[in-house]
Formats: sequence, structure tokens, C-alpha cells
Amino acid sequence: MVESLLDFLHIIFGQIDTAHYLVLSTIVFSIGVVGVLTRRNVIIILMSIELMLNSVNLNLVAFSDRLQDLSGQVFAVFVITVAAAEAAVGLGIVISLFRNKETVNVDQIDLMKG
Amino acid sequence: MPEIPQIDNLWEFFRENSAAIGPQLQLIIWGLGILCVDFLIPAQKKGRGAIYALGGLFMASIHLYWFWGISPGPAFYNMVTLDFFARYFNLLFLAAAFLTVIMSYRYLDIEDEQHTEYYALILFATAGMMFMAGAIDLVSLFVGLELMSISTYVLVGFLRSQKRSNEAAMKYFLLGAFSTGIILYGMSLLYGLSGSTNLNEIGRQIVGLENNTLLVLSLFMMMAGLCFKIAAVPFHMWVPDAYEGAPTSITAFMSVAVKAAAFAIFFRIFYLAFGDVREIYIFALAVIAMVTMTWGNVAALTQDNVKRLLAYSSISHAGFVLMGLVAGTDLGVTASAIYLLAYTFMNLGAWSVVILLRRQDIPGETLEDFNGLYFKHPAIAVLMLIFFLSLAGIPPLAGFIAKYFVFAAVLEVALSSGEAHSSLMVWVAVVGALNVVVSVYYYFRIVVSMFIRKDYLPAPLSFSAGLVVVLVITGLFTVLIGIYPEPFISLARAASLSLT
Repeated sequence: MVESLLDFLHIIFGQIDTAHYLVLSTIVFSIGVVGVLTRRNVIIILMSIELMLNSVNLNLVAFSDRLQDLSGQVFAVFVITVAAAEAAVGLGIVISLFRNKETVNVDQIDLMKG
Repeated sequence: MPEIPQIDNLWEFFRENSAAIGPQLQLIIWGLGILCVDFLIPAQKKGRGAIYALGGLFMASIHLYWFWGISPGPAFYNMVTLDFFARYFNLLFLAAAFLTVIMSYRYLDIEDEQHTEYYALILFATAGMMFMAGAIDLVSLFVGLELMSISTYVLVGFLRSQKRSNEAAMKYFLLGAFSTGIILYGMSLLYGLSGSTNLNEIGRQIVGLENNTLLVLSLFMMMAGLCFKIAAVPFHMWVPDAYEGAPTSITAFMSVAVKAAAFAIFFRIFYLAFGDVREIYIFALAVIAMVTMTWGNVAALTQDNVKRLLAYSSISHAGFVLMGLVAGTDLGVTASAIYLLAYTFMNLGAWSVVILLRRQDIPGETLEDFNGLYFKHPAIAVLMLIFFLSLAGIPPLAGFIAKYFVFAAVLEVALSSGEAHSSLMVWVAVVGALNVVVSVYYYFRIVVSMFIRKDYLPAPLSFSAGLVVVLVITGLFTVLIGIYPEPFISLARAASLSLT
């Protein structure tokens, strides 16, 4: 299954090298940024932030492979760990907000202004 | 593949390297200790966590004192160091955390949210800041940044039953995580360009790449992310909301310690890694500094809520600290370091007066709450006046010395011969000078309320021993740095020399 997929990609793109990974990570990062800026649901914004962090991991691992240097992969592991901690705290904040306010829409989170 | 370092004896390796992270280790062990003994403390006496936190901060200070003379140097394969720059900032963080812990004790009682986790989180956040100040590698820098940020997200939302606090935490978290993503993407591109995560190595590798699009992109992404953390315009939207909704003690902590830590990594990255490619970013940085101080001041003019007013004033102070970075010299680092130290004391003092006004059933945040304070509590009103005069930069107080140094740093570059950016530097200095004048106006709106209006609220102020200690210490240092600045200047100079 995986091999046939790789064959398919090989036919379309030729040999897959670092540049392809960078293009993919740029696309994923852009989707994340646009998601954060345009979506109004807090949970979806959180998911978009995760997309941004994962595009960073793609970058790091691709560079690590290209440079034959392990520190990029180590960095990626740290990013994954921290992203998990951040998601836990973020969801905790969403729950405490939802208990008081019963909304996850950022447009309705507007007590403070000016 | 390069040689993977072999560690034969893990304990021996740790023992040799742990000197560089001694203070952080103390804070983390004591923080975890607080969480472990929490269940032994009866529900009515959760404030005891403050005593354990003070113990942790004391032990960390002892560690810092032991290693003051001897520099342990880079440890853990060039991940962290405890050079003078890191020690200077560690001292600042310890002072800020100490003052925050003793000013929060009574405040949390009034808010009815006395939990030991609060103090443990302050210790963790402080440890994260220390890792940031000592980081010389992108990985340790990032982990320190996140340790600090995640602890602070929780602390901002600590008043769980208040909608304002929930909302502040939500906004701070979303924008903080977003900015982390942007910084990280910049870091990953930088790693790809230079083939290393060590800041010194990156600085060597990127020489001559000034025209590389990816380098420019990664530099500006990291700059944008860091500007989020230091609350510079145009990335300041979260500041007033997060500062207003957070517990006031945490607002005070964020406005001094978190900001100083973000500046510490700003300096590390832009001096060690990007020191040789200043041409790319110097103009953008100067514009950000000018816009930040102007916007913060203009927005503060119309605020009626004192917490929001101080939040906008802290934005404009970030602009002044950035002036040192714009100068980009040794004197620039010295100036910013002194500014951050002076700001720690004068701003914590001003915030502790705001905490003093938070009484049972009275939020004590609006301008009217300050009315007639002088006639009822002259000492507090005069102290607040000293803090505001210092924040406005009036001699002979700490804020004046701080502003004197940032202006001196910028003008020194402007006047030195053969400098390509002298007109830019002059512009920065002129805009800064105009902003000093503007800031006097809104600080004195509060002073007018305190000294001239007479309709005083009868409820007694929430005095506590800790708060009095904070007021005395901050007042003392605000005056001391102003009239006898030499020891502080030599500390900051040593810090700047160890950075460059």
C-alpha cells in the first residue's frame, strides 16, 4: 500500500527531495495561520495551531534528513511534547470558560474592550 | 552522521553539568514539592504554599550566590549557560517572583482562590524564565519559553469563577500559542539554513547570507513572534485584555518578569545569531520601537480603568526597552538591562498599590477608586506618586536613569562617525523624547484623583504585612537606583559584556 503510494508520487513528482517537504510544510502552515485568523470556534482555532506546530515538525525532520544531523529530530520530539502540554492547558481553559459562559465562539467572548 | 556523544556515567555527567542550572533545579524541585505536600495542608490553610515558594526562591538565590564569582560555562553540550547575562536576569526574575509571592498572599484570600498550585506555578514560570535567560541553543530556548508561557496561561485564568479571568486566559492562550507557532517556524527555517541549533554556530553560518530570502523570512517570523511576547505594536492586542482580566498580582508579574524574559531571549537571538546581519532588520525594529511607544501612550490617555491604563503604559515601556536593541551596541544592552531592572521595581510598586485598593466587594480598578487617597492614606499616595514620577522618567528616580541610558545608547550610535543609520537613530530618540512628555499626562490623571478629588470610599484598604514589605522594597529601590545608580550600572555593564 505504502509502496504503491510512493510509486504514484514518484510518477507525478519525480524523486521526492527536501523541497517537496518544504512545500508541503508551507501549505500546512498557511492552512493553520488562515484557520487561526478566520475561524470563530475556539476548538477549531486550537486545531489550526496544532497544524502550524506540525508543519514545523515536517520542516525540522526534512532538514534533519537533508543535513544528516540529528538535532532537528530531537527538536521535533520536543515540539511534539510541548504541543501536547499546550493542548492540555488550552482545553482546560476552554472548559473553565464554557462552565461560566456556555460558548466557544470567540466573537461572544467580548467582556473587555477598549 | 556526526558522532553521537556517548555518556558512560549518567550521574557523573549530570553532576558535572548541573552547576549551570542550579537555580532552576531548586525552583523546580520546590515547585514539585509544593504539589506533593498539597494534600497534607488543610483547605483553610492553603496559603502555606507561599512559605514553601519563598523557601524555593531563597534556595535558588543561595545557588545563584554560590556561582556568582565562578562562571560554570556552557553545560549539557552547549544547551544552557550561566554567564553574567543569565545571572543578571536570574536575579531580576528572583526579585520579581519574591515580590509577587508576598503580595499575592492576601490578595488571593480576598478573591477566595487560595490554592497552593498558584505558588508552584509561579516557581515553574520563574524556572522557565531562567532557562530562557541562560539558553544558547534554539531547543533549550524554546522549552524554557514554553515552560514559562504555559505556567502563565494557567495563572492568568486562575480566578476560575470570574468570567473576565477566563476570557483573559483564553485570549492570552490563543495568541500566545499562535506566536509560538510563528517563532517555531522561523526557528525551523533557521536550522535548515545553518545546519545547527546552537546560536553561536548559527551566527557563524549565516554570515554572507544577507540576501537569502529564507533567512529574511525566518528572521522576521522570529521577530514577529518575539514582539508578541514582549507586547510590541502591532502584536499587542492581547495585552490590555489579558492584563485586565488576570489576577492583579499575576498582571504585575507578567508585566515585569515575563516581559524581561522575552527581552532576554530577544537579546540572545539578535546579538548571538543575527548580530552580523543587522542591516536586514534594523529599520523594521526602529519603526516597531517608535510605533510601540507612541501607540501605547496614545491609547493610555483615554483609559478609565487603572489596570488597562497600566497595561498600555507597559506597552509603551516595551518600546523604550527596544531602543537599546535598536542601538545594537554594548551600551544598548546595558541600557535595556538597567531599564528592565528599574521597571521591575517601579512597576511592581504601582501594581501593589492597585492590589491594596482591591477590597471585599470593591474591585478598586477605576480612576474614581483612587479619589482622595492622599487625605486618608498620605503615605500610600506619596509612594504611588513616586512610582508614577519614576515611570514617567522624572529625576532623580530609577525611571530617569533607565530612560537616560536608552537615550544615551541611541544617541551614541547616531553621533558616531561613519554610522549609516544616524538619521534613523535621531528619529528614534526624538519620538522617544516626545513620548516621555505624553506619558506624564496620563500618570498625572491618577495623581490628580489621589491628591485633589475628595470623595473617598470609606472601606478600609486591604493592608497585609507582605504588601507593606513589597511597598517598602519597591519604593526603596525606585529611589535608590535613581540617586545611587553605580552598582546597578556596573552589574548591567558586566551582563552586556558577557553577551557580546
